[in-house]
Amino acid sequence: MQGPHETDGFSRRTVLFSIGGGAAVMTGMTLFPALAIADEGAVNDAIKSMVGEVPAEGGVSLDLPEIAENGNTVPLSFEIDAPMGDDVHVTDVMILADGNPSPDVAVFHFTPMSGKAAGSTRLRLAGTQNVIAVAQLSDGSAMMGKKQVKVTIGGCGG
Amino acid sequence: MATIRPRVKAPRKAAPGDVVEIKTLINHGMESGQRKDKDGNPIPRQIINKFVAEFNGTEFFSVDLAPAISANPYLSFYAKVQESGEFTFRWHDDDGSVYEDSKSIEVA
Repeated sequence: MQGPHETDGFSRRTVLFSIGGGAAVMTGMTLFPALAIADEGAVNDAIKSMVGEVPAEGGVSLDLPEIAENGNTVPLSFEIDAPMGDDVHVTDVMILADGNPSPDVAVFHFTPMSGKAAGSTRLRLAGTQNVIAVAQLSDGSAMMGKKQVKVTIGGCGG
Repeated sequence: MATIRPRVKAPRKAAPGDVVEIKTLINHGMESGQRKDKDGNPIPRQIINKFVAEFNGTEFFSVDLAPAISANPYLSFYAKVQESGEFTFRWHDDDGSVYEDSKSIEVA
């Protein structure tokens, strides 16, 4: 998979670290030619509609398998490194998958009574792609985490 | 479809100020709307689209779910408890059904 990226004039790092990067798009196209997949624009639009600007990565620990054999049920857990006090706390955490037919996965809503801005669930991934978690805090700041998951068997039926 | 039965695991006892973990599971097909039947017709979407958790009547946590959540959706999260009371959990289905479960906790 490295060859095409180099010829595009991008380093591998640039591709992987740009949201919804070419890597995920190309992988998705190769494995699932018939599926329309979310592109960089859709993911960025979703992030911007929630927090205004795409935040720098950090403050979010995102736990996903590096390789998922079955894309139908991929375990995910996250924890946001932020206090959950009455003054400043995490209000929302949005989970996105940039290679699915639609990038939306889930939005978790927290209150100070949640005690901890953490959670877990299981998601479907249509193919190898990036999973992104964006946290919105009550003071207006935002945090983001991203992790690539390699999927052996996609989870979109089809 | 099999009877939909939510399951919740939460501690029965805690100390004031403790942050307790709650795990929930509900059997539901989470039909994504992306699949087609054998004649090529799209199978309509039917998912659990919202989960809400309350403690003593106050909502403290909720999740909006998209079709990318796996069948039989599993959710775990936390709650900070200061007093004894009852947790109520609700799962909202696309067809309008609401499934409910509750757990009481003793805080001392």
